[in-house]
Amino acid sequence: MTTTQLTRRLIPCLDVRDGKVVKGVRFRDHVVMGDILDLAMRYRDAGADELVFYDITASPEGRSVDRTWVERVARAIDIPFCVAGGIRSITDAREVLFAGADKISVNTPALERPALIRELSDEFGAQCVVVGIDSKRIDSEWRVNRYTGDPNKTQQLSIRTLDWVRQAQELGAGEIVLNCMNVDGERRGYDLEQLKAVRAICEVPLIASGGAGAPEHFANAFALADVDGALAASVFHSGEVEIPALKLYLLDRGHAIRPPEPAHA
Amino acid sequence: MTPVALIDSGVANIGSMRAALEREGAHVTVTRDWNEIARAPRVILPGVGAAAAAMRELDALGLSTRLPTLKQPVLGVCLGMQLLFSTSDEGGQTRCLGLFDGTIRRLEASAAARVPHMGWNALQILREHPLIAGLDERSYAYFVHSFAAPVSELTLASCQHGQPFCAIVARGNFMAAQFHPERSSAVGARLIRNFLAMS
Repeated sequence: MTTTQLTRRLIPCLDVRDGKVVKGVRFRDHVVMGDILDLAMRYRDAGADELVFYDITASPEGRSVDRTWVERVARAIDIPFCVAGGIRSITDAREVLFAGADKISVNTPALERPALIRELSDEFGAQCVVVGIDSKRIDSEWRVNRYTGDPNKTQQLSIRTLDWVRQAQELGAGEIVLNCMNVDGERRGYDLEQLKAVRAICEVPLIASGGAGAPEHFANAFALADVDGALAASVFHSGEVEIPALKLYLLDRGHAIRPPEPAHA
Repeated sequence: MTPVALIDSGVANIGSMRAALEREGAHVTVTRDWNEIARAPRVILPGVGAAAAAMRELDALGLSTRLPTLKQPVLGVCLGMQLLFSTSDEGGQTRCLGLFDGTIRRLEASAAARVPHMGWNALQILREHPLIAGLDERSYAYFVHSFAAPVSELTLASCQHGQPFCAIVARGNFMAAQFHPERSSAVGARLIRNFLAMS
C-alpha cells in the first residue's frame, strides 16, 4: 500500500548507561541489553524509522552526553537519530549535532532554564530541537518530573504537564516526546488519555512514550491519540514485538506507515 | 572512488553526509576553499539551519557568486537545496543563489499537516532523470523542514504534506533534494549512488 502522506514513525529507544544499552522497569533496576552499535544496526535493518538514544545518567551526574558513540552511530546507520542527555547549552548541542546526531532532545536542563529551548531553536532550527517530558499523574493532575535517570534524584515538580507543553512550543520546540511514567515499562499500552489531552494542545509532532507491549497499543496510539510517532524500548529489545511484523500489522489496518524495506545488499 | 567536495558552510550537519558518501565509495573532502570545490568532480551543498545565516556564511566565504559558475554535477540537500532557489521567505526575504526559479515558502500548518514536516514521506515521480533511476512511488524518504520549494517544470519528484512541494529538482548540472539522502536508508543510498555515477 502506498500512502501520499507523512507516515507515523516507529522509534526504538535505547537508554544508554556507561556505553551500553540498558532498560529498567519504571525507571529502576537497569539491566544491560547490549552494545549500542549492534542494537542500532539491528533496528535499522528491521526498518525502524528513527532511533533515540538517552544517556540516562548524564543529567543526574551533571555532565553532557559522551560523544564518541554518537560519532560511531552516525557513521554506521542511515536512518535519523536523536540524542538526549545533559545537553545544557548551544555548545553541548553543537558538539552532538556535529558528531552526527540529527536532533537533540532536552529534558531536565530545559526545566531548569526554559530559555535553553529558545536558544537552541534559534541557533539550529526548531526541527532539531526535541523536548522530552517525563510526566506522572499526581492528585488528578499530570505533572512534570526531572532527573528521571536516577530514582534517588528524581524530583516531582509543581509544573503541570499541559502548561509545560504549551510553553515549550512557544519557546520553539520542534517536537515533543511525552513519556507517561505511570505506565512506563508495564507493557499495558500507551497512556491514551494523557496523550489525547496533550495532542489537543500540541501543534508540533508528538511522540508517545511509555507502556507499549503489543501491536494494538501502537495502532491505538495512532488511531485514538493521533500521535506522529510511537517510541518503545523493552518490547523491541526483547523481540516480543518485531518491527517488520508490526509494520505489516499497522499497514493492514490502514495506518500510514513506511513499509519494511527488503533486505539490504 | 569518486572525489567529492562537501561544502562546509558552517551550519551544516557534515558528519552524517560524509559517512553516507563514504559508504557509497566516494572520497570526500570537507572544504570551504573555492579552488578545492572548483576542481572536484562532484560537489555537495548540504545544510541544516536557517537560510539567512547560511547565505551570510556563503557570502563571507566568497562562494555565493562562484558556486553558480560550477560545471560539474552539484547536489544541494535540504537547506542546501533551498539555497539554490531565487529567494527564501525564511528570515524575512533572503536572496539565494538563483539556480532554480522560485521562492522558498513556509509550509502551511494544519491539524492534518503539522510543521515542521518531520518524518518519512512518499515520493511522487514527475519526470525521469538519471538522478532518480530506481526510485518510484513506493520510495519513502526522510524529511525534516519547515520551508519548501514550489513544484515546477524542473521538479523530478514531488511530495505531499498539506500541499504538494518539490522533493527533487534538477536543471543541467545542478540537482537537489529536500529530504536527507544520508538518513533515507536504501532510497537515499540509491540517490547518492546515482549522483556519483552520473556522467
